[in-house]
Amino acid sequence: MTITGIAAIGAGLAVLGAGLGIGRIGGSAMEAIARQPEATGKIQTAMIIAAALIEGAALFAVVVSLLVA
Amino acid sequence: MLFSRFFRNNTVASFLISAFLLVFTVAQASANKPVSTDSTAAITAEVGHEEEKFSPVEMIMHHISDAHDWHFFDLKGADGALHPVSIPLPVILLTEGKLDIFMSSGFHHGHSDVVKGEHTYRMEHGKIVEASGLSFTDFSITKNVASMFISVLLLIAMFGAAGSSYRKNGLGAPKGVARFLEPLVVYVRDEIAIPNIGEKKYARYMPYLLTSFFFIWINNLLGLFPGGANFTGNIAVTLTLAVFTMIITNVSGTKTYWRHIFKPHVPLWLYPIMIPVELVGVLSKPFALMIRLFANITAGHIIILSLVSLIFIFKNIALAPVSVGFVLFISCLELLVAALQAYVFTLLSALFIGLALEEPHPEQEAAH
Repeated sequence: MTITGIAAIGAGLAVLGAGLGIGRIGGSAMEAIARQPEATGKIQTAMIIAAALIEGAALFAVVVSLLVA
Repeated sequence: MLFSRFFRNNTVASFLISAFLLVFTVAQASANKPVSTDSTAAITAEVGHEEEKFSPVEMIMHHISDAHDWHFFDLKGADGALHPVSIPLPVILLTEGKLDIFMSSGFHHGHSDVVKGEHTYRMEHGKIVEASGLSFTDFSITKNVASMFISVLLLIAMFGAAGSSYRKNGLGAPKGVARFLEPLVVYVRDEIAIPNIGEKKYARYMPYLLTSFFFIWINNLLGLFPGGANFTGNIAVTLTLAVFTMIITNVSGTKTYWRHIFKPHVPLWLYPIMIPVELVGVLSKPFALMIRLFANITAGHIIILSLVSLIFIFKNIALAPVSVGFVLFISCLELLVAALQAYVFTLLSALFIGLALEEPHPEQEAAH
């Protein structure tokens, strides 16, 4: 259980969190588009922005793992 | 006019685009041949052709880091040694008040020392050290700085041409490069600046928002070229951009903004918690901007380089179609990320500026 190994696990957990978060956003975006197809453009834009912000948070953790390992 | 005949047919267009992208990724794969430091290359030449273990980490770090020369690839010479093909860049060092300027080719890729008067400089693992341990300030034109100059020239050329075309043709339908830039500029104004900063005050901040949007976008794209420099993936660069946002936000802060930081609308006993939290917020928002851009761009480059180095790890050309396929997909994603990160940086900067410009609400006026 070296530090490098733990850092790799940490990075994996971070990506897990990002995947869950963006998956939820994608899911609710799909439902919203299904309910109101004419708002697709706005929903897509908001979805992309939220995904970028969540990626930012996940990449904080990746940066920390890179620093450690 | 000529191209529209090609692009009316969707299959031709998609074939051309995929061929272009394929050439791109194959070029990246061939440019990312394993890089050995020249000392090991010299040993290889002496001992005979030895199988050198390919180190993906070393190759990736070499591509991501800054350097004093612009290295493209290595050529295997007649003697079996690897000769680097690179463009040397100026080294500018301020040692003990004296400015030493020379080309990095003087180091011969780490083989020789450069003597300037009393100062002897040596290149160790890409970093310059002074032989007697003197400390110096490094003002060199490194690969990242040179890449910045290239992107700045591109931006000045594009926007200068757009500006002069408006001056010549008036404010009607634009001609030339302005045709491409106007929708983007209008997008930044109508979707980023005005909703976040407001109709009355957005115009003062448009130059900064436009600069950050296009500067970050074009540098992200230039970094995706094979042989490009990882400019926006350099944390010093993103730190500078975030500091600009922080300075602009806090210098534009209204009285209401500072009052809300130092006298938030909470019961008095919460002040010891709220005020440090608000002060940390002033720093953490630009910090997040910095880390987000740096990590996204660097991670993208690392992924592309790792997928290419799959071929060299397995030492099998048959893996090439799979690897190039992955690299193609990730490169397309990185094109999206390049634009998206520029957009998110600019959007959040506008948001922070807008928050700093808040005016007191009428009901708060009565409370104050």
